[in-house]
Amino acid sequence: MLEVTTSHYVVLSTLLMLIGVIGILIRRNILVLLMSVELILNAVNINLVAFSAALQQVHGQVFSIFVITVAAAEAAVGLGILIALFRNKQTVHADEIDLLRW
Amino acid sequence: MSLDTVLFYVLAALVLGSAIMTITRRNVVHAAVWLISALVGVAGLFLSRGAEFLAGVQVIVYIGGIMVLFLFVIMLVPVHDESTQRRFSNQKWPATLAAVALFLWVAFIAVNGVGMLDHPGMAEPLGPGSLSENSEAVGLVLFSQYLLPFELASILLLVAIIGAIVMSKTRNRETES
Repeated sequence: MLEVTTSHYVVLSTLLMLIGVIGILIRRNILVLLMSVELILNAVNINLVAFSAALQQVHGQVFSIFVITVAAAEAAVGLGILIALFRNKQTVHADEIDLLRW
Repeated sequence: MSLDTVLFYVLAALVLGSAIMTITRRNVVHAAVWLISALVGVAGLFLSRGAEFLAGVQVIVYIGGIMVLFLFVIMLVPVHDESTQRRFSNQKWPATLAAVALFLWVAFIAVNGVGMLDHPGMAEPLGPGSLSENSEAVGLVLFSQYLLPFELASILLLVAIIGAIVMSKTRNRETES
């Protein structure tokens, strides 16, 4: 238990993913929703780096770089959508945006 | 208790505590600053697993790029009336239950499956000899084996830039041009 193993990192990343999922599901502010997505992507990165160290190969770290790239693209487009949404609906709350609800 | 173990638990507490603060703070700026703290913790975890290059990328891209973008957008949308608004949606308890159920499921699979990685010798962090070689190793693999995905990532970023500009462009400027 004293030695840090890959299992420790997997459990940590699962907990981080749990916090991110809860954040996405319970918060109303879209900005916090996007931040929760970043938390989940970081949980993925922790896993990839832990496995990369366990297997003594850098492929996991290369994948993490791609995950960070996709996270940057996701944040840029997501925040652009948020600005467009705020301009049209005057709200940043996810449960007040119900144009598609019947 | 070795230094590695102490470092892991300190960083894990920092990451998880900051993540919880991120999703519970009422003020969005506070949430963003707590998220920065969580990202620093994740960069520290990368360091403790011998991924120095990735730790640098994490700090530069995430904290220097993405979080500054977040703070800029927070500046553009008003958050001053946030203190009078409900923080959580109506579905918070069922949603939390569902998320915890998902966590238990994923943790069950992960803890069962990861046992095969935990025999001695495999879970050792990369030795000090590989410290200076990490960036080199990542670069070699990235620019040889993953060259096509790397180029595709640049196209993805270009698309994201154009998409962000199109999304946040005002209608006035559209009619002017």
